[in-house]
Amino acid sequence: MSASPNPAAAGAELEFSLKNRRTWVNLALTILAIGLAIFAALPLASVLVMLLTRGVPVLSLALFTELPPGAGTVGGGIGNAIVGTIVVVLVASAFALPLGFMAAVYLAEYGGSSPLATAVRFSGKILTGMPSILAGVFAYASVVTLMGSFSAWAGGIATGILMVPVVMLTAEEALRMVPNKMRHAALGMGSTRAQMVLQVVIPTALPAIMTGVMLALARAMGETAPLLFTALFSNYWFEGLGEPIASLAVLIYNFSGSPFENQVELAWAASLVLVVLVLLANITAQFVFRRQKVQ
Amino acid sequence: MHSPHFLRSFHTLLAGLVFLLVGCAKQSEPTPSASVKGATPEPPAAATKVKLIGSGASFPAPIYDRWFKEFTKKDELITVDYQSVGSGQGVKAFVAGHTDFGASDAAMTDEEIKQAKDNVLLLPMTAGSIVLAYNLEGVTDLKLSRDAYTGIFLGTIKKWNDPKIKAANPDAKLPDLPIALVHRSDGSGTTFVFTQHLAAINEAWKTKPGVGKSVEWPTGIGAKGNEGVSAQIKQTPGAIGYIEFAYAVLSKQPMAALENKATKYVAPSLESATASLGAVELPADMRAWVTDPEGEGSYPIVTYTWILAKKKYDDPAKAAALKKVLAWSLTEGQKLSPSLHYIPLPDKVATKVQEAVAQIN
Amino acid sequence: MSAADTDLGLARVPAASGSGTVPLLQRVVDRAFRTMTISFGVLVIVLLVGIVYQVLIHAWPAMGQWGVEFLTKPTWDPNTNSYGILAEIAGTLYTSFLALIFGGILGLTVALVTSQGFLSPRWELIFKNLIELLAAIPSVVYGLWGIFVLIPTIRPIAQWLHDSLGFLPFFSTPFKGPGILPSALVLSIMILPTVTAVSREALAAVPARLPAAAYGLGATQWEVIWSVMLPTASGGVFGSLVLGLGRALGETMALAMLVGNAQEFGWSLLSPGTTLAALLANHFPEAGELEVNALMYAALLLLAITLLVNALGTYIMFRTTRNLQGLG
Repeated sequence: MSASPNPAAAGAELEFSLKNRRTWVNLALTILAIGLAIFAALPLASVLVMLLTRGVPVLSLALFTELPPGAGTVGGGIGNAIVGTIVVVLVASAFALPLGFMAAVYLAEYGGSSPLATAVRFSGKILTGMPSILAGVFAYASVVTLMGSFSAWAGGIATGILMVPVVMLTAEEALRMVPNKMRHAALGMGSTRAQMVLQVVIPTALPAIMTGVMLALARAMGETAPLLFTALFSNYWFEGLGEPIASLAVLIYNFSGSPFENQVELAWAASLVLVVLVLLANITAQFVFRRQKVQ
Repeated sequence: MHSPHFLRSFHTLLAGLVFLLVGCAKQSEPTPSASVKGATPEPPAAATKVKLIGSGASFPAPIYDRWFKEFTKKDELITVDYQSVGSGQGVKAFVAGHTDFGASDAAMTDEEIKQAKDNVLLLPMTAGSIVLAYNLEGVTDLKLSRDAYTGIFLGTIKKWNDPKIKAANPDAKLPDLPIALVHRSDGSGTTFVFTQHLAAINEAWKTKPGVGKSVEWPTGIGAKGNEGVSAQIKQTPGAIGYIEFAYAVLSKQPMAALENKATKYVAPSLESATASLGAVELPADMRAWVTDPEGEGSYPIVTYTWILAKKKYDDPAKAAALKKVLAWSLTEGQKLSPSLHYIPLPDKVATKVQEAVAQIN
Repeated sequence: MSAADTDLGLARVPAASGSGTVPLLQRVVDRAFRTMTISFGVLVIVLLVGIVYQVLIHAWPAMGQWGVEFLTKPTWDPNTNSYGILAEIAGTLYTSFLALIFGGILGLTVALVTSQGFLSPRWELIFKNLIELLAAIPSVVYGLWGIFVLIPTIRPIAQWLHDSLGFLPFFSTPFKGPGILPSALVLSIMILPTVTAVSREALAAVPARLPAAAYGLGATQWEVIWSVMLPTASGGVFGSLVLGLGRALGETMALAMLVGNAQEFGWSLLSPGTTLAALLANHFPEAGELEVNALMYAALLLLAITLLVNALGTYIMFRTTRNLQGLG
């Protein structure tokens, strides 16, 4: 409860009276602000409620084991899309994690504020803000054109491009947080720079790095635009990285514009599954890894 | 340095991911698939799996989906993965060699055939009609005259209770509601056929917006695919848009009866569409459209839809597989057409296409 | 480390002496590792340059052919190869600025409510996590929600706005469904977490003496906020808005699903429109060579706009944190 602090005059009493203009203006603004804040949380509530009410009824074994239904057919499932999302994210990680991580090691341990390091950091910042459709365009022009077909490789690389800056910037921050005294201690015992980094700094920063990795994974799972004309989509189970592949994000996009009820229901179910996966990744990042503080 | 708990959870997570990936890869058949491009030629009779990748028109997607699934039931070794992305994308991907076959209601232009180095066979596989589906509460048998529907799409008729619409529907309760036009946002063969028809019956349309897979619509909202247009019409009161007949039937949407060349109002149906198609003579390159069919019972907007195949494939296994799929679709598959609301190919046409299919190697 | 050394049978010299020899193998590994990290750092730059290069070489012919006219033409016609992105630029800017207004006001309010002592610390944390949850939801799910929940919900309101306030340019067209208003609303929800998080940081950076002094003089909570907190944190708050704008400008999927894909621009919130990112998503997969060049020209502009805004936002944040350090 807000009580106006007492005036400087000695002996005056604390008063809270709504007859005081300043007091009721304050109260009104507080009510307005809290109301607006609740209003801001409404869409989230709405999204979650919709996901649950329209997604949960569709949950069944069939959802996870069947393939997407064609136009006008009944039933169907999203099994291949779940597998596809995991595959694409794994390909993306295989490309983005080493790249982002090693670049972060460079920035934190070797680069400092040299011109090259500044350029690398700047590139990372630009990549962070890049519209996701451009990652898809680049992957199309390079991977799809080179391979001569749509593929999980192309989709993975397009998604990976979006992961690189997140991994790089959070890993750099994590590495920087390792206290210098640990570095000095290692060097003082006669280790080389590389040994110090590999055996002291990185293991210490690993939990924080993993937090960044999980956040990057969470983002990657939900990206649609990079996959539209790289991984395309598939109505069958995953058989090889050189072929088009299904994904939850593209399935939701495709089925969201469908006039057929069962396809729309699957879009909601896929959204529920996707959001659950993303939340799991976020929670893992927040709780499993943040718990492990530097000892 | 780290608690055993952390390392354990980290390793478990990693192991879990690897396990998932390996387990998922094993979902597929253990026999190797012959889907690598340019592989050394194998005798087509070998018991290897073949997967054909195709993309294109949304117009025939319902029937292609059904055909390909039925075919795989018959012959487990061949699977066909077809994506409904629109004729524009289908042609481009096929010409670039990113897919094994394409599909388009606009066939291919000479320019596109040249880009594909002439290694193209245009194969009409089925036919359908384009209907004007609408969303008007309480109005079930809408009749649209030529003036009415060209006016709607030109944007000159903006409300449902416009006199031009009222004239043909004296008993209908047409509301004072703005017309919400829905067209395609992607490159579409359906758009091509529809604009071709509009240009044939209306001089103004020929110059602007003209004919094409993608045109600049004077008004309206764009949606992706026949699917998207159908969905948008369903969700928007007062909407009208052009979609393939099967979509309207499958999603249970009312369709307008259109005034044809013989000034009769014809409702879309398999009979009225078949009547229009009968007049089409397929030339050697198998591209033909009837933009304004004659006959009293003819529904005015019908078209064939083509599968785009290569004359010569690098991979003989793929060529053989595609031939089998197409041959089946042209015989057994045609029997499924009416139940899926598509027009079976006239016998003459089917024979001609079979001859062309035989050329694939 | 010592175990590895003795395993290799190599003598270990304390580095404190400063003149010890490090075994050759370790020296090689050391240099190799360093070189590896440098190359990966360079690879990141190469990646960015590669992307910009791809866009540029395709955009160049289009730039040469149309120049600035491209930015002022409102038509996009693949048949006559006549391309212009006026409608897209206008749509991108209009939806983003609207999102900034809604999302900015809401975001700042949430930042204030969760940091200025209105709620108990436990509720502050709950609210903070809830808002972060908003950021975790993929944009395609927002698009789905927009189509099936938001648009039907605002339809009656939009009809009423058109019927009664239709003389205003903002409501002058009838509501068709997808369009500027639903897009701006969804965009504002999407940038809300960014604005909130960065504003909270900016507010937290205000030295505690300043509000304490104001309270000591007898100010109410809101007087403190208006006269002390916001002005001091204004740089950071402004930075949060700019970063939010940057996010909105680059958004693709939710807008492709909700903006209506109509090649037109109108001030009416109820009309459909188009944006640069939606143009790319819709037309790129089927574009022939000339159209690809035009699309890459549009992509270049999109890249330039988002880059500029994000750089501006980062710079503002950098400057304000520096300035605030002096007050501490």
